[in-house]
Amino acid sequence: MEKIGAVLTIGGGIAGIQSALDLAESGFKVYLIEKTTGIGGVMAQLDKTFPTNDCSMCILSPKLVEAGRHQNIELLINAKILKVEGRAGNFKVKILKKALFINSEKCTGCGVCAEKCPVNSIDFYNEKLSRGKATFVKYPQSVPLVFSINQDNCIGCGVCEGVCKANAVEYSQKDEEVELNVGAVILAPGFDEFDPAPLKVYGYGKYRNVVSSIEFERILSASGPYSGMVLRPSDGDIPEKVAFLQCIGSRDIHHSKPYCSSVCCMYTAKEAVIAKEHQKQVNPTIFSMDIRAYGKDFDKYIIRAQDEYGIRYIRSRISLIEENPKTNNLILKYEAEDGSLITEEYNMVVLSVGLNPPDDAIELSKTFGFELNEFNFCKTSTFEPSKTSKPGIFVCGAFAAPKDIPESVIQASASAAHANILLHSARNSLVTKKEYPTEIDVAGKPPRIGIFVCHCGINIGGVVDVPGVVDYAETLENVEYAERNLYTCSADTQIKIVETIKEHNLNRVIVASCTPRTHEPLFQETIREAGLNPYLFEMSNIRDQCSWVHMHEPVAATEKSKDLVRMAVSKANKIEPLQRTILDMNHNVLVIGGGISGLTASVGFAEQGFMTYLVEKTAELGGFAKNIHASIEGSNVKEFLSNLIEKANNNENLKIFLEAEIDTIEGYVGNFKTKLKSKGNKENKNNTFEHGIIIVATGGEEYKPTEYLYSKDPRVVTQIDFEKMLFESEINKKVNKIVMIQCIGSRNDKNPYCSRVCCAEAIKNSIKLKDLHPEKEIIVLYRDIRTYGLKEQYYREARSKGVIFIRFDEKLPPELIKEEENLIIHVDSPNIGKLDLDLDLLVLSVGIHPPYESNEILAPMLKIPLNDDKFFLEAHVKLRPVDFATEGIFVCGLAHSPRSIDESIMQANAAVSRASTYLSKDEIETEGIVATVDISKCSGCGLCIETCAYNAITMDEEKMVVIINSALCKGCGACSSSCRGSAIDLLGFTNEEIYLVINEVK
Amino acid sequence: MDFKPKIIGFLCNWCSYAGADLAGVSRIQYPPNIRIIRLMCSGRVEPYFIFEALKSGIDGVIIMGCHPGECHYMTGNYEAEMKYQLLKSLLTYVDLDNRISLEWVSASEGIRFAEVVTNFTNSIQKLGPSPLKKIDKDSELLFNLNALQIAANDYRLRALIGRKRKILDEGNVYNKKYPKEKFEDLQETAIYDEYQKNRIILYLKKENLSVKDLSERLSIAPNKILEYIVDLRGEGLIDLKDIQELTPYYTAKQEA
Repeated sequence: MEKIGAVLTIGGGIAGIQSALDLAESGFKVYLIEKTTGIGGVMAQLDKTFPTNDCSMCILSPKLVEAGRHQNIELLINAKILKVEGRAGNFKVKILKKALFINSEKCTGCGVCAEKCPVNSIDFYNEKLSRGKATFVKYPQSVPLVFSINQDNCIGCGVCEGVCKANAVEYSQKDEEVELNVGAVILAPGFDEFDPAPLKVYGYGKYRNVVSSIEFERILSASGPYSGMVLRPSDGDIPEKVAFLQCIGSRDIHHSKPYCSSVCCMYTAKEAVIAKEHQKQVNPTIFSMDIRAYGKDFDKYIIRAQDEYGIRYIRSRISLIEENPKTNNLILKYEAEDGSLITEEYNMVVLSVGLNPPDDAIELSKTFGFELNEFNFCKTSTFEPSKTSKPGIFVCGAFAAPKDIPESVIQASASAAHANILLHSARNSLVTKKEYPTEIDVAGKPPRIGIFVCHCGINIGGVVDVPGVVDYAETLENVEYAERNLYTCSADTQIKIVETIKEHNLNRVIVASCTPRTHEPLFQETIREAGLNPYLFEMSNIRDQCSWVHMHEPVAATEKSKDLVRMAVSKANKIEPLQRTILDMNHNVLVIGGGISGLTASVGFAEQGFMTYLVEKTAELGGFAKNIHASIEGSNVKEFLSNLIEKANNNENLKIFLEAEIDTIEGYVGNFKTKLKSKGNKENKNNTFEHGIIIVATGGEEYKPTEYLYSKDPRVVTQIDFEKMLFESEINKKVNKIVMIQCIGSRNDKNPYCSRVCCAEAIKNSIKLKDLHPEKEIIVLYRDIRTYGLKEQYYREARSKGVIFIRFDEKLPPELIKEEENLIIHVDSPNIGKLDLDLDLLVLSVGIHPPYESNEILAPMLKIPLNDDKFFLEAHVKLRPVDFATEGIFVCGLAHSPRSIDESIMQANAAVSRASTYLSKDEIETEGIVATVDISKCSGCGLCIETCAYNAITMDEEKMVVIINSALCKGCGACSSSCRGSAIDLLGFTNEEIYLVINEVK
Repeated sequence: MDFKPKIIGFLCNWCSYAGADLAGVSRIQYPPNIRIIRLMCSGRVEPYFIFEALKSGIDGVIIMGCHPGECHYMTGNYEAEMKYQLLKSLLTYVDLDNRISLEWVSASEGIRFAEVVTNFTNSIQKLGPSPLKKIDKDSELLFNLNALQIAANDYRLRALIGRKRKILDEGNVYNKKYPKEKFEDLQETAIYDEYQKNRIILYLKKENLSVKDLSERLSIAPNKILEYIVDLRGEGLIDLKDIQELTPYYTAKQEA
């Protein structure tokens, strides 16, 4: 059967967008279908993201724009799947595109229709907290920026048709069916928030000041209903006391939501911190059972929330909320840890709602024929966490299990890797490369500038005197042509611009309209069609930053528009064509580390036909996983690992070097050269090879405890030792009382992070023990049980099988006392009090730490950073979780942070997909806006080298001048502004160009 | 009341420019005095740009970038902040420091953008027109501003600013974090010295002067002037011209 080089991605949230971008960049045609009218998903609704408090929209919107404009991505909004046929490699999918009633080809997104719409309706983006219109766009930065009419609310008055100057309104538009042929499907439908209304005890929907966490997120947002002020809905007052209630619709067996939603502990901490930041009068209290801060740098965030922001944590689950009808305050009753009953009054309550499978989960599973698990999330397995039960259909994001943004982005790339592996033979078969005419040589020719001034319907023209601006523009230096358009961005105007350039021999073009952030690429493409270099273009923003913001000052706005056009003309007189450097791309891959992550990545590359060199420092493949027998889900790790090693050994595209280390690495993306050195195996010495990509999969190590008489008394063992007893030998008959202690070597001053896997390991082994010997007693001493996501069910299983869990406070850790030959653990629990436990075996749940020494050697060698804990630090914790700032190098597995086997497999596959965006190309194109150095002025001081965040600058030791590698330069210009001798300039934003513009502000 | 300030805003592409767009999309009104120049990153803002702007008679300059920790280029806004602090210190000598401002505005802060611009415009309105607006070429203010501009481009200040983050936050070559207060004292002294040294050079470019002449013009004690003269000669930037009676006269090298 013929394989189709196209992929269908379902869901336009961050996971869907990431998988679509990965595949589109890897040579596949992508159809991205979204059931609402805009992509962005829940992330577009968030104010900030944890643990960095990054502004969500700031980091998301470049991805939205990229997905909206990518040549290989077709967006299908307001659409649903009707029918699917075929199998892996070749599916036929029928899709219903529901009518928008506004022609999206013609709609310019100017928004006059919504402004004039007389009907108020519900604004779903703001979680119903503010009002929208029947004619609407999902949110201001929405992609695609097209309006539509919500017919549930539309009264059919006809006003929008009258005001739309683009004639885009089509009341008679009909639903449309389309059929797509794709090779693979990626499911990224996301999640729905748990609706707390049916839980009557919390009064949600009845008491105004009880809001859900996603509503609170909109309240916090600067673009939200209250412009970022924290106000309570009943009277608009600032709430002094705000209570956050955790686990609403999570870990709740009574409402059939037994799983943990994974993200609520962290987003609540973030919402509490941001609330405090926005309004210092707010004092948040968080009621929770455990604090599940298991991710990279999460625990530090919780500590800061408590210490710096004074957020109060109370370990309790609230069972009832009542309202004081006079004040609309809320009365909370709870049982404190010591058992006392407390009543407190709050001004506002936020319910931290959990993540539900999407409403259409069952429908999707029926249409596509894949299985769901008992919670209606997509069913996956430990070793294939991104594959559904049906071949060729992959899954990512919260639909596979509740997860946060970085884990969703990782899995998005992982699912894209599976599509890459399945369809690599059909790569580049369906993508179209746009051909442009040969560029006209403008060197030495005097500038001939053409200016197109946009009315934007009435958006600009209603305020600014556009004809006046055109008349003025004609008087400026070297302006050969000026005209005005109703919409400069409309399709017919593009044709007109091309004709005008040819007719008037224009060699510089200026558009005075809206923002270059969304529209510059469109016009650059247009002038390329006329044979001009795309950088011979300038833009004046006379709408977003002029007519819209000075609506009531038409004279001043017109004057400002003229100034902005004059400034653009002054720069246009200087701009030169810029060239995007073309670099060869070597298709070989170096993978450092032969554990599960390194092996998974290596096989992923080799199966796509890329030559892969796997370097392992020990004599054996398998890494730390060699010590693990089963996963918490009961999957056989030993068997999986030996199969994986066999796969690696048998693939002819995979060359394995054991007992080898990296001696030197030189070069940059697409062009690396590596020399190995021997670590025992002499054959590896001086082995040298070239490659285009590096995968860092150097793994982690087990903490070697010095606490609790470990290695001094044979009755004290680690969890790994205990697992060996359970799976390989027998538990001594005399061992009847077993105690486990959690967080050994984690969450302390030396290793402040959570090792993430130890809770699950302890529970896995406890269950195994109870299954083998139900009569044996086992007690787990813990600080927080962090069985996040679907692992929560095993925590429950352990308790139901009689495993006893006792919490201790970090300030009062359990003490081990040896009385003659007897071991006794003394523990002071906040909820039970002081206890003395005698025991026959003490099992320590030890943490994971990075291989300090080898990471410290590798990091400077690859010019990639380590974080405070000495794990490798990715380019961006939220949206680039496997990339480094230095291009062509990727990280996966424990090298990144502690994680479970399924998560390491996901991340390894993610690295495969990210690298495939490079490996799928024969050459890579760099940006035109890059820094250049005039070596005659360079004194070799090296200040710029330190300033550069991308390691793009190096010193030529012989000539003592710097060299800028344009393949690595991102064009920020920080080097230029720190150069003492004006030796560095930024092409496209040169000093001279900027001086000219400054001097035009008169 | 007729004064309409001219203001330049240098905005980074990823956060502040997007925030300005959002103000537009949300139709939030603010005074029309600002002319925005888009840069990819606030770290691109070259101290020279601000001097050029002020010299051309601009009444106020505001730089806007991503909030700390959110820079699209990872650390560009920190670079911007370091440079801004330098500018601020330099401009206090000519009393123009209150005409520049640095603000962080994110892509979702349309309202904040409008507020920042409104407040800055109002503060400039209160200050009145820039003294550089109508000024003759020989004015002292312009002379001093030129000296500051050269100082800003000087290696010493650039090196201090360029390495400041490393020295204070990451650790210096001895893997120690240098105390912030001490560093700032050192920076302030360096700024003052570089400013005065460049003023001396500029005076000496116009005419040959003695230590006492310079002392009068700079209103600095002659012994201090002498220290500068020694430095400048050591750096090869000025020369002894001649000696009249007991008094040596100096001149600046043309390339200095």
